[in-house]
Amino acid sequence: MDVLARIDGQVKHSPIVIYMKGTPQFPQCGFSMRAATALKECGVPFDYVNVLDDPEVFQNLPRYADWPTFPQIYIGGELVGGCDITLELHASGELKQMMAAAVAKAASQG
Amino acid sequence: MNRQTRIANALAQALHPQHLEVEDESHMHAVPVGAESHFKVVVVSEQFGSHGLVARHRVVNRLLQGEFDHGLHALALHTWTPDEWREKGGAAPASPPCRGGSKTR
Repeated sequence: MDVLARIDGQVKHSPIVIYMKGTPQFPQCGFSMRAATALKECGVPFDYVNVLDDPEVFQNLPRYADWPTFPQIYIGGELVGGCDITLELHASGELKQMMAAAVAKAASQG
Repeated sequence: MNRQTRIANALAQALHPQHLEVEDESHMHAVPVGAESHFKVVVVSEQFGSHGLVARHRVVNRLLQGEFDHGLHALALHTWTPDEWREKGGAAPASPPCRGGSKTR
């Protein structure tokens, strides 16, 4: 499958997905660690893709999203941003609301 | 001209910022001395007023595309309007420490 189609499938299939360096348990980049920690603190389950384990996604995600850096956080199929935006949304309380809404919407659509 | 100056010039020219900070944070990461790879930018501009955060970051990323194509690896980015900047008391959060992942690129 074409890599952009594969990324699109991941983003649309998961209510919340973070593309990060490493894993939420063992992040390998300070920005990825902060973003994953913010998601964890919201207490809503989320998926992750370790881009260090998937060179094709690593190479092509920036052009999929018109976004040059990692991590990238998608909620409800939309790019929310990278580390800095995710932290701002977490600080304002919006992040948890967005995550909960995306999970609820996915559940209602079965 | 070093990357710090080029970034500052590009953003100053396009965004007419009320406040602009460009900091080379490469020394905080697992890269060679003088890598000019990791930067932090704080830019306060009236022009961000009508845009959400993703759109603001895209504006800055596009202005710096040439730098991303030539070794700029990470950009901690804080984009605010003058009103938001005042509300935040004129300070941006500190960037995180490295965890080794940039070695692979």
